[in-house]
Amino acid sequence: MNISYIILVPLIPLVVFLLLGIFNQKIKPAVSGYVGVFGLLASASLSLYAAYHYFFISGKVDGTYQTFTEKSIWMNFTDALHIDMGILIDPISMMMLVVVSIVSLMVHIYSRGYMKGDNGYTKFFAFLSLFTFSMYGLVLATNLFQIYIFWELVGVSSYLLIGYYYTKTSAIAAAKKAFIVTRFADFGFLIGILIIGFYTGTFDFETLNNPEGSAILNWAATSFMGLSVITWALILIFIGGAGKSAMFPFHIWLPDAMEGPTPVSALIHAATMVVAGIFLVARLFPMFYFVEDGFALNIVAYVGAFSALFAAIIAITQTDIKRVLAFSTMSQLGYMMLALGVSGYDGQEGVGYMASMFHLFTHAMFKALLFLGAGSVIHAVHSNYLKDMGGLRKYMPITNFTFLIAAIAIAGIPPFAGFWSKDEILVAAYEHNKLIYYVGVFVAGLTAFYIFRIYFGIFWGKEKTYNHTPKESPLSMTFPLMVLAFLSITAGFIPFSEFVTADKNGFDAHLNYSLAAIATAVGLIGIIMAWVFYKKENSLSDKYAKAFGPFYKWASDKFYFDEIYMFVTKKILFKRVSGPIAKFDNKYVDGTMVGIGNKTVWASEKIKGIQSGKVQDYAFAFIAGVVVIALVSIYLLTS
Amino acid sequence: MIEGISIYEILTLTTILFFIGIYGFLTRRNLISILISVEMILNASVVNFVIINKYLYPDVLQGVLFSIFIIAIAAAETALAVAIIINLYRQISSVEVKDTEVMKF
Amino acid sequence: MDILSLFVIVPLITILGLVFTRNLKQARIVAMLGSIIQLGMSINLVFAYFKERAINEDIMVFTRDMIWFKQFNIYYSVGVDGISVALLLLTSIVVLAGVFISWKMYDLPKEFFISLIVLSIGVYGFFISIDLFTMFVFFEIAVIPMYLLIGIWGSGPKEYSAMKLTLMLMGASAVLLVGILGIYFNSDADGGALTFNILEIAKVNIPFEAQKLFFPLTFIGFAVIGALFPFHTWSPDGHASAPTAVSMLHAGVLMKLGGYGVFRVAMYLLPEGAIDWSWVFIILSVIGVIYGAFSALKQTDLKYINAYSSVSHLGLVLFALLMLNKTAWNGAILQSLSHGFMTALFFALIGMIYERTHTRDIAKLGGLLKVIPFISVVYVIAGLASLGLPGFSGFIAEMNIFVGAFQNEDVFIRVATILSVAVIVITAVYILRVVGIMLMGPVKNEAYLKLERVTWYEKSGILLLLIPIVGIGVAPLWLSDMILESLQPFIQGLI
Repeated sequence: MNISYIILVPLIPLVVFLLLGIFNQKIKPAVSGYVGVFGLLASASLSLYAAYHYFFISGKVDGTYQTFTEKSIWMNFTDALHIDMGILIDPISMMMLVVVSIVSLMVHIYSRGYMKGDNGYTKFFAFLSLFTFSMYGLVLATNLFQIYIFWELVGVSSYLLIGYYYTKTSAIAAAKKAFIVTRFADFGFLIGILIIGFYTGTFDFETLNNPEGSAILNWAATSFMGLSVITWALILIFIGGAGKSAMFPFHIWLPDAMEGPTPVSALIHAATMVVAGIFLVARLFPMFYFVEDGFALNIVAYVGAFSALFAAIIAITQTDIKRVLAFSTMSQLGYMMLALGVSGYDGQEGVGYMASMFHLFTHAMFKALLFLGAGSVIHAVHSNYLKDMGGLRKYMPITNFTFLIAAIAIAGIPPFAGFWSKDEILVAAYEHNKLIYYVGVFVAGLTAFYIFRIYFGIFWGKEKTYNHTPKESPLSMTFPLMVLAFLSITAGFIPFSEFVTADKNGFDAHLNYSLAAIATAVGLIGIIMAWVFYKKENSLSDKYAKAFGPFYKWASDKFYFDEIYMFVTKKILFKRVSGPIAKFDNKYVDGTMVGIGNKTVWASEKIKGIQSGKVQDYAFAFIAGVVVIALVSIYLLTS
Repeated sequence: MIEGISIYEILTLTTILFFIGIYGFLTRRNLISILISVEMILNASVVNFVIINKYLYPDVLQGVLFSIFIIAIAAAETALAVAIIINLYRQISSVEVKDTEVMKF
Repeated sequence: MDILSLFVIVPLITILGLVFTRNLKQARIVAMLGSIIQLGMSINLVFAYFKERAINEDIMVFTRDMIWFKQFNIYYSVGVDGISVALLLLTSIVVLAGVFISWKMYDLPKEFFISLIVLSIGVYGFFISIDLFTMFVFFEIAVIPMYLLIGIWGSGPKEYSAMKLTLMLMGASAVLLVGILGIYFNSDADGGALTFNILEIAKVNIPFEAQKLFFPLTFIGFAVIGALFPFHTWSPDGHASAPTAVSMLHAGVLMKLGGYGVFRVAMYLLPEGAIDWSWVFIILSVIGVIYGAFSALKQTDLKYINAYSSVSHLGLVLFALLMLNKTAWNGAILQSLSHGFMTALFFALIGMIYERTHTRDIAKLGGLLKVIPFISVVYVIAGLASLGLPGFSGFIAEMNIFVGAFQNEDVFIRVATILSVAVIVITAVYILRVVGIMLMGPVKNEAYLKLERVTWYEKSGILLLLIPIVGIGVAPLWLSDMILESLQPFIQGLI
């Protein structure tokens, strides 16, 4: 299969970024919007074409999807280690390409309406293109270092876009926090890469992931503190992934990242960048699975399950709708992680892997839709808070309808997209680990509850007094909503297990009716509870919140993780480490150097008295010297 | 060659003369006295040159020649020194050494 | 005239031309022309080098010897390999950018540009010479004008800073001279004549005892100018007081003399000493890396922040040199280059901000992105480059260093490596802190709303420095291979 044209997919957004970035001041906003949208349209159609070609025409040989790569050396480290730049085509990269293309295109179109009249319109599209370029590069990466490179680039695009409203203090802080927290996780990632590079002698995914390759077979060769070094490396790499995917305990940046414009939240912090961590684990799945019998994979599963539960609980208590969605994203990402964690490798065994990718796909659609819908609402009422909303269904019919579709999808009600993928995840968990399965089911119920809580809160409930009547958003904003709503309904019917599997062979997935029924029932219970609590304004919710007592308060304060991090950074790093070091430098290190100088000056002050300026003193010294020399030489000559 | 007087006696004399000069040079506070002391040192060496020439190498004349050189240079030097001292006196109305220390550091 | 000696002669002619200029306008034109010719020469040298390298297998190419002091066997001998070619290119770019940034130097312009060019002669000479003595002479030539440049054209406590800088560097030179003489007097260990020629000495097996004695002297002598902890304190004060162009040249080029000297002299000529002593200096350099970064966190003066970040970045250079393998060394050279461009760019931008707002205190600045967008955007880019973002030169250098350092299986070095990798996080914190406080946020001072936009000469200076940063970051292969190839003979001395 000829794949070289796929290189254009990332290159077009790059060119658009450079164009818009360099001629920022000179391009009219209207033009830059079109440049951005059409650039991405080209990329998206190319990737859809490539995906079609790959999945249906030329990707499969003897029932197995092939891996195609094209790469060239970018930089040499040692004789064996080098960074390549290239593209790697296999089912998951193709799938990601489709996800990124669709969501990014929709967000581009949406932004033309949402950002209208903004001062930095061109800049915004430039950043979006930069992000899209980096994300394409990330999913197409052929080796660990390439993925790390684009990993950092998506991180910085995220930084730039969160800090887009750069005069707002909270946005600056959020951007900084997002970058630094993920950077901290990347520190682990980088060490992991270094370990892999040193002990396996390659960064290349194909070599690393080969189940019969030396990287996997020789995992036991070196061990450190009771675990294979490769396992350590995988854990460290997972830390990097957890940072980007906002897994506990690196989740603190994601809610704050909602300071960015809403289209950005939809694109980066819901659909694409945050799934990079999932993608990374999936990309290295054979290693995770085979090395040390999946020790690292178990960690992935538990961290994922815990994050899913943790975030869902917090999501119930939040009042900012974007933050609810942010915690929901974190919870769903936890779902994907846990699915990967409980997956096997061969055929039917690999249902967790398939389910994770499937959920990634459907989640991208309905979560982007939820965010864009929320953006449309925020656009209309100029507030993020539930208390300022209510009864909007009359004013914004399209937004209401599409939001409802997305909410049903995420709640996991058949036949919407979320149901199918979530069901597969629960099947995988059920077969592998009962504890995780129960967590999963419980979280499914919570999900349905919190999402319908905000749905009812926004579109039903009591109408608030608005400064000016909210009206439906323009077509540029509602069109993406409709497209994504369509996808949220239909995406579930894609027979994912035939396309994207761990061993690339494809299998037939069957619906497990009893598990599906349980999950659906739980979801329905969640929806009904939300209906009872929030459809009409009533005091029921407050009563129940009180019943939970301090627990409710903890959850709404996000279990004080922000405060803990703030304590560590502000009080410990700044006050106890950095401050003393700066003082030490000034006082002791510099003090010593200056001290040496001062002592020299002091000594010279003392000595200079000898230089009296009286010739007689000099002459006396001279004569005394002569006498001494004479005496010494006499003594030496005579003895 | 002076009958009855050996070179040692004359050298003793000049050494005494030399150290009187040194002593004067070191202890006098008046520039003129210092100049006189310097002259004494020079004279001691002039006598030494002549005596050593006469007593040890009677058939050459370098020592005598050099003493004439020294006398000439000493004259020039004295003239210069006195000129400086007079100039100094005009500036600071003193020929005391302690008043000329302003250039020390 | 050979291609290398021109690097000394053209600046001399430029100085001659400057002597006859009468005002700022003439002086800057002459200085600019001279520097442009230099830049052209160094670009030409890169191509000439590639052409020559294809047919010439020697360690150094374009060599040329001229007897200088017969009785001590001192030659003016020059030659280059890929490393010096790269550093020469760096120097010529930074010098030209420095001239652009000093476009409005109203104070004694002629003398200023003359001192600047004298400094550049020292640097050029240092990079091309392969005779220890000549090298040392050029080293001194480069250091001396610093005193005048800071003492006369500086700001703040300029006499104090100039004195401190000069004295510390001179002290280091004294130590270095002892080291060099030690090498010289042991260069006849195999029975040949005493020599200062590096290539000749490299062939000699200097006795282990002598290596052990003279390695630390040579290392410290050079490393002080490379801001080795705890001998770095001249640099923050010196930078803070120096005029913009001088800070640029100083941090961008002069501090690279340290790493280059360590590599060319201490490591190459005294490899066994290096192996024996490496642990001490690894500890010092790792302390420098982390300590510089943490110190930068607390500073509020832009120049101090940048100076401490230089301590951290250059600590990484020394750390990489001590890893004693090709990849890390490649990283060290690349880090020298990349830090040279980046820090020069930073100082240029800081100079521009200071010129407009008359303060370098980040607490007093704010919202600059709105008022001086070009400068601010470039500041953000430089910041991102400095924190090692892919696509910029810093990333390339750091990754080479880390991968190289990780090739050592020793636990001690592993720990040191992980500690120095951790600095990427701290760097991000202090860079983003500055960006957040100074560039973003609301405009704090009404007067800043009317700041002057960027001028053409400032823009040229900025772009001149920005292009190589991006260039190396996006397409590192040619440069890194050129350096790697030149490292081959050096690494052989260690095995």
